[in-house]
Formats: sequence, structure tokens, C-alpha cells
Amino acid sequence: MQWLRHLSAFCRDREVQPVSGQFVLRRLVQVIPTMIGVVLIAFLLIHLAPGDPVVALAGEHGDAEYYAFMRERFGLDRPLPQQLATYFARVATGDLGVSYVHGRSTLGVIMERVPATLLLTGTALMLAVLISVPLGAIAARSPGRVRDLGINSVALFLYSAPVFWVGQIAILFLAFQLDLFPVQGMTSAGSATKGLARMFDIMRHLALPALVLASQELAVLVRLTRSGLIDELARDHVRTARAKGVGELLVIARHAMPRALMPAITVIGARTGQLIAGAAVVEIVFGWPGIGRLLVTSLQARDTPVLLGLFTMISFAVVVANFVTDLVHAAIDPRIRLG
Amino acid sequence: MRQSIRESGLAEVGAAVTSIVEESGLSTRFIAVAIRPAGVIGLAFVTLILSTAILAPLLATVDPFSLSGPPLAAPSSVHFMGTDALGRDLFSGVLYGTRTSLLIATAVSLLALVCGVSVGLVAGAMGGVIDDLLMRGTELFQVLPRFFLVAVTVALFGPGIDRVVLTLGLTSWPVLARVVRGEVVALRNLEFVLAARAIGASRSHILGAVILPQVIPSIVIMIGLMFGQVLLIEASLGFLGLGDPNAVTWGMLAGQAQGYLRSAWWLALFPGLAITITVLGFNLLADAISSELHARSIGGTT
Repeated sequence: MQWLRHLSAFCRDREVQPVSGQFVLRRLVQVIPTMIGVVLIAFLLIHLAPGDPVVALAGEHGDAEYYAFMRERFGLDRPLPQQLATYFARVATGDLGVSYVHGRSTLGVIMERVPATLLLTGTALMLAVLISVPLGAIAARSPGRVRDLGINSVALFLYSAPVFWVGQIAILFLAFQLDLFPVQGMTSAGSATKGLARMFDIMRHLALPALVLASQELAVLVRLTRSGLIDELARDHVRTARAKGVGELLVIARHAMPRALMPAITVIGARTGQLIAGAAVVEIVFGWPGIGRLLVTSLQARDTPVLLGLFTMISFAVVVANFVTDLVHAAIDPRIRLG
Repeated sequence: MRQSIRESGLAEVGAAVTSIVEESGLSTRFIAVAIRPAGVIGLAFVTLILSTAILAPLLATVDPFSLSGPPLAAPSSVHFMGTDALGRDLFSGVLYGTRTSLLIATAVSLLALVCGVSVGLVAGAMGGVIDDLLMRGTELFQVLPRFFLVAVTVALFGPGIDRVVLTLGLTSWPVLARVVRGEVVALRNLEFVLAARAIGASRSHILGAVILPQVIPSIVIMIGLMFGQVLLIEASLGFLGLGDPNAVTWGMLAGQAQGYLRSAWWLALFPGLAITITVLGFNLLADAISSELHARSIGGTT
């Protein structure tokens, strides 16, 4: 249980400080203009598109009465600056238009799909970190050797392969040939609808898509962990720790890893958009009922309010993820917190 | 006698090549990159893909849209990669797909190159309020989820290669702009730049003729990596049916395979493999260039 003691000592001694309110406020002030910019771009797209902007907000198949109602709601009969103000006010209150296909608010339609996508992306990200940190450490311990070369090559290959292809190949081999995983969906037909049995059923269906999505993130994280750790291991404080006789595992875990992970943390935050886009594609490959499926069905039905809503909400999610990344950074590194 | 003439001839050619290589720094760099293992493989893949794109009409056995064989035929000596559900030849489809994918990725990269380098140069050189404003704008474009933005654009403006290129190009430049800006900021107070300023060179001359050449290696690396990323995004869009229905793309072919995974593995295997080889080629090449430059900057000769 040696490692457990190390782990608790690591958590106790880390200089993770609460971030000051002032820092949070300063970053928050930078977040708001970006969000306004996103809404502005959505507004511009609606008005640049050929045809009546009401179609973009209400879908293609509305009748005259419904269009009149939506025109009124978004102020489309008033001058452009006023329309912009109305649009901002609408978005600020969570009104992203009405999905004509679903006959309900766009926000509601999207939120219904968010949990499944969140489960998929969350699991994938966790898997990616859990696999990539040890692999990056192994590679960094012996740079240029066979192990390093092998790990690097696999990472580069996964980084270069389209995620849908990794998914399709995984289905062909692991699901069809070896019959290790279910092929499609989130649950088996006729399985338990509640309790532990249902949870296990979902986990069984989740495993393969999550692994496939993780492979995309993994590829980036392994390379970043490796290079970050190589830099850190060459530093004086690591040499001192080794000279004191600290065990190698502890040197890596406690003295080198935290700062070595900073670039990886930045990239996890910055890649939120790619992660969600990857999830959308993986959902189509595996028939997972999240926003990817919603994206495709909305495209086929030209349900523009839903697509605009997805764009706006995912942009916001990326902004928030970057904001959180900054806070994590500040908590780890006092230079950012105080600088 | 003859033997020695040939030998001396060879030696002359060798000397000439060496002198040319020594005279121009660029070719030494190129050779240094090309002899790295990653560079060799990368260059081989990229050459393979480029020649496939150029020679597609000669190499293709049939028109990729024509119904040329039995439906869902497995790979054979007639149909190297098998046929799809309508009996279209997959090999010819993959060959023509090379053209579309490279065309889109090239156009997007060019657009991003122009936007990114201009924004980065101006922001880095001007500093102050302009720098702040440009970097805020860059941040905005960086958070835009490209994938979903293209979906909105295609839904609002209809499908077509032009709008996909425009949307991806106008959203792919931020990283490049940040890298260029960072380098310019680091360079602008170095001695050789100050010297150029001291002899009275104009601001645009310093920017274009003194600073820009120093930044080009980083730009080349970024473009190489961006090219791969754009290929992957374009493929994903095609996979979801967001591409141009009138052009064969790898992503579209892979998307069609989705319905036949159990009956026709070849439909899924080959288009994805083509994408992977292409992206891998560009990534390896960018990797080799960047390790070569890194080795140079720290004075190593590896």
C-alpha cells in the first residue's frame, strides 16, 4: 500500500490554493464579450442567408399565421438594430427559437439530448486521461527507446485517423468478430428499465464508443504529457529530489507531473469543441442517442432553429470550458494567479 | 578507361549537388528533414497521395458514379476495393476522393494562411490597442465550434464545396495568428530588427523582409498540422452527409459504409485508410520539420 501513502501525501502537500475572487472576476469580464460575439455571428448568419430570416428561426414548413407570430416574437418587422437587441434579449432568456419539427422550444429539444452526450464525452475524457498519463510517463522515462517509439507511433496514428473510421474498425473487429461489445444503441431491447441492471446495461453499451472517442483525445494527451514530463524531469528540483534518494515513482508523481500536465490541461479545455464534434460523429457510428443524432435529423429536416441553437450552446460550452481551464491553471500555478 | 570516366563523371555530379546544397540553406534543410525517419515516411505518403490525386483519371478503372459491377462485391482483381450497394467501383471512388479532399484542404489552408499571418503580423508588430482588439477577435474565432458552424451554414445556405471552404477557412486561422504574433513579439526587439530600424527601413519593410522570413518555418509546421486537421474535419462532415452531393469525398464514402458494416467491411476499411495515410503523411512531415528546427535552435546536429 506504499503507493496509497504517496498519493495521500501528494494531495496533502500540493500547493493547490483557492483562486481569488478578483482573478475570477477579471476572467469573467473577458468571457462576456466572446459570448456576445457568438450570438452576433448567429444573428449575422440568419440575416445573410438567402430568403426570409423567419425561416431560419421557425423552420421551412410553417404557415403564414405561425410565421407572423415568430416575426412578432423576434421583432423581424422592426429595423435591424432593434432586431439585434430583441435577438440578444431572447437568447439571454434562453429562447433560441422553436423547433418546427418537434413543435417545442429549441432549448428543451437540445437539453433532452445533452445527458447522453455528456455521459459519452465525460467517460471518454476520463478514460483518455487515465490511459494517457501513465503512457506519457513511460515514454518520457526512456526517450528515443523502443517503448517510447512504440507509444509515440500509436499516438500519432490515432491522431491521424478519423474518429468514425476508428469506430467502424472497432465495430468490425471487437463487436462483430470477437463479440466483446454490443454494436449499437444505449440499451438492449427488452432489458431492465431501472436499477443496477439498467446501469450495467448502459455501461456495456457505453464502453466501446467511449473508448473510440477517447482514442482521439488520448493521442494528443500522450504526446503532451510526454514532452511536458521530459522538460520537467530535466529541472533542478527533480535532480535534487533524486539526489535526496526519493523513489522514482514519487519523483514523477509528486515533483514532476503536476507542472508537466499544465499543457495537457490547456489542451483539454481548448479541445472541447473538437471533443463534442467527435462525440457527434461517434454517436452516429454507434447509434448513441445524443446531440449527434439530433444534428443529423435536424439537417435532414432543415430544422434551422435547432442547428443554430446547437451552434450557440456548444460555443458557450467551449467558452465556459476555457474559463474553467484558466481557473485550474491559476490554482496550480501562482504565477498565473497573481500575475 | 570507360569505368574511370563514369566514376569521374559521377564525382563531378556529386560535387555539383553538394555545392548547390551548401549554397542554399533551404535545400540543406529539406534534405535534413527528408533523411529523418519520420520525414522519409511522411514524404513518401504525401508523394503517393499527391500523385494519386494528379493521376486519378488514368489510374481509375471506371467512372466512380457508374454502376460497373454487381452490388456489394468483395475486393477482387476486377474491383480492387470491392463495390458498393449500387455496384459502383470503390477503388475509383477512393481515387477521385483524393482530389476533392486535397482540393478542399488546400483551399482552406490558403485562406487560413492569409488571415492568420496578416492578423498575427499586424497584432505582433503594432502592439497596444490594435493588438488587444485583434487578439480578442482571435479568441472569439477560436471558440467557434467549426464543425457545428459548417452544419448551420450548410443548412442556411444549402450544400456546396464553396461555403464549406469559406466557413472552415475563416475559422481555422486563430492558432496560426497566435503563433505568428508570439514570434513577432519575441523578434521585434532583437538586434537585427533594431539594426534594420536604425538604418531607416520602413515599418512594412521590416515586417515583410526582416521579420517574416524568420517566422516562415513555424508557419510551415502549423500549415502542415492544420492541413491534416482540415482533412479530418472535412471527412467528418462528409461522413454526416454535409458535403457536396455532386463530388465524391472519402468522408461521404465512409458514411455510406455505415449501413453495410455487417455485410461489406471493405466499404468502411478503404476510405478511412486513405484519410489516415494522408493525414499521417502531413503530420509526420510537420513533425520532422519541427524536430529539425528544434535540433538546429539548440545547436544539435541530430
